[in-house]
Formats: sequence, C-alpha cells, structure tokens
Amino acid sequence: MAKWTILAEGCKGCGLCVEACPKKILCLDSGTINHKGHTPARMMDESRCTGCGFCATMCPDCVITISR
Amino acid sequence: MIVATRPHALTTAPTHYCPGCTHGIIHRLVAEAIDALGIEGRTIGIAPVGCSVLAYNYFNLDMTVAAHGRAPAVATGLKRANPESIVFAYQGDGDLASIGMAEAVHAAARNENITVIFVNNAIYGMTGGQMAPTSLPGQVTQTSPAGRDELLCGFPVKVCEMLAQLDGPEYIARVAANSVKNVLSAKKAIEKAFRNQVEGRGFSLVEVLSSCPTNWGMTPGDALGWMDSTMIPYYPLGVYKDRSAKEAD
Repeated sequence: MAKWTILAEGCKGCGLCVEACPKKILCLDSGTINHKGHTPARMMDESRCTGCGFCATMCPDCVITISR
Repeated sequence: MIVATRPHALTTAPTHYCPGCTHGIIHRLVAEAIDALGIEGRTIGIAPVGCSVLAYNYFNLDMTVAAHGRAPAVATGLKRANPESIVFAYQGDGDLASIGMAEAVHAAARNENITVIFVNNAIYGMTGGQMAPTSLPGQVTQTSPAGRDELLCGFPVKVCEMLAQLDGPEYIARVAANSVKNVLSAKKAIEKAFRNQVEGRGFSLVEVLSSCPTNWGMTPGDALGWMDSTMIPYYPLGVYKDRSAKEAD
C-alpha cells in the first residue's frame, strides 16, 4: 500500500495532480484554505492509491511525497 | 521505499510561480538530473531575466543571473574559467529567442561545453503576457489582441530546428511538460543534456514546451490541453540533433 503525503502549505491548488491521478482519488479540498489562500489537494481514499507517482510527476510545487 | 519526493538540489523555498505554471516541474527535472549524476557540489546555474529570474532561490546550487538573454555568454565564461564545473543556463523564450538569440546561436556554433534549458511558453510571462518571438500564429496576447498576424509580426522562431542546422552543437531536443508521459521523456532529455557536459561532449540544449495559464487566460488543466492541441503540432517534439547517437550508428 502506498503512503501519500502533501505539504498543504506549499500547495497552490492548481489541480494538475487531480487531473493526472488515474484512480481519481485526489480532489481540491474546498474546506481548507492555506496561508497563501489556496485550496490544497487532498487524498480521498488512500487505500486505492497504487503509488504510481503520476500526481507527484505533474506537481509544479514538489509538495507531494509518496512511499510504498 | 520513497517513490517521489523533493530532490536534494531544490531548496524548500516555495516558488513565486503562478498556480499550475510548469516552471516548477522543469526546475524539479533539472534538480533530479543533477541529483542522479551526483554533480550538485560542482554545478553552477545561470538564471535568466523573465519569470525564472529568481531561480537562484530555488536551486541548492551556486547560481548567478545574467543580463537579459546573455546567459549562454556568462555560461561560456564560467565554463572556460572553471572547466571542472558543470554550467547550465536556464532561459525562457523571451530571453533566449529574442534578445539573447545571438548568444544562444554563437554558443551553439562554438559547441561550448554547456547545457541550456530553454523554457518555451510562447509568451512573455513576467511582463504581463506580451507577444513573444515564439507566440503561435493567431495567438491572442496583450500586444496581439486580434491574434498574431504573421504578415505584420513575422513567423514564430523554431529554435531547435534552427540550431540543429549548425555543425556545432552536440544535442538539441524538444520536449514538453504537459503530461506524465511527456514529463518523463523531458526528464530523460534533460539528464542526457547534463551527462553530455559531464562527458565533455559539448553544447546541449533542451527546449521544454511550458504553459502559462495566467497569461494564456486558461485554467492550469486547460493550458496543458492547449499545449497538446495547438502548441505541440506547431513545435513538434523530438531529438533534432544527437551526435553521440550518430556515432553509435
């Protein structure tokens, strides 16, 4: 199983990870606003994450860390 | 096992780039290449004038900034004075393809042993979205509100095609940062461009097609789609020159 973590303070909410995720288990968390005023990405169902790394590949801000 | 994380050659400073700007992806690819080759301690980067003018804040490297467009000239001096250093210029299209065209062409013609990362987003980003030499025919920008008219403004400059005509350069390739597949190919090309320099092969330039969601007036996702539908057909991806591949044949 993959462990998915995000540095939410560094996320700019661009959503490129959300579009890249083949399992469609990422979303922008509209209930959270970070210090820069962005809505950071959030993992909805980590049990389905395969750790493919597509989200981190497309992340312009290098805030996603994945281990498995 | 860690699958993906921030490379060591990048600092932890948050970038000033707009949300969804692929500069961040390209910075990461450069840092990953430097990590992979183990050259962090002897690499010197040159930031351009443009959005990436503050790149020195984001790389864990010795960095300097050149006057607009002059990064290949500064890189030439740094490399010739310190042949053991690995020197790369990181330039945008307004920097390399307009005011800095002469420096780029002559550094390539001299086959200087440097690496150039050329980020082409078809617009002047930092100054607010004016038409660049690389803006596509018909592209709407602040200074071409009715779309770029080739009869009035000329045609876009295809840097890779042009430099590949020279006898000098070792490696010229165009990649894009708009999809997982393309980013992975871009990673390979950038790593090769640095490896060429480590092996003393000569001038390597990788043009990375990039997005500018803010000045294109699109969402980050739509901007990547526009690259696929409009930009890549005009600027075809591929290796335009690779002398080491020719030698291997």
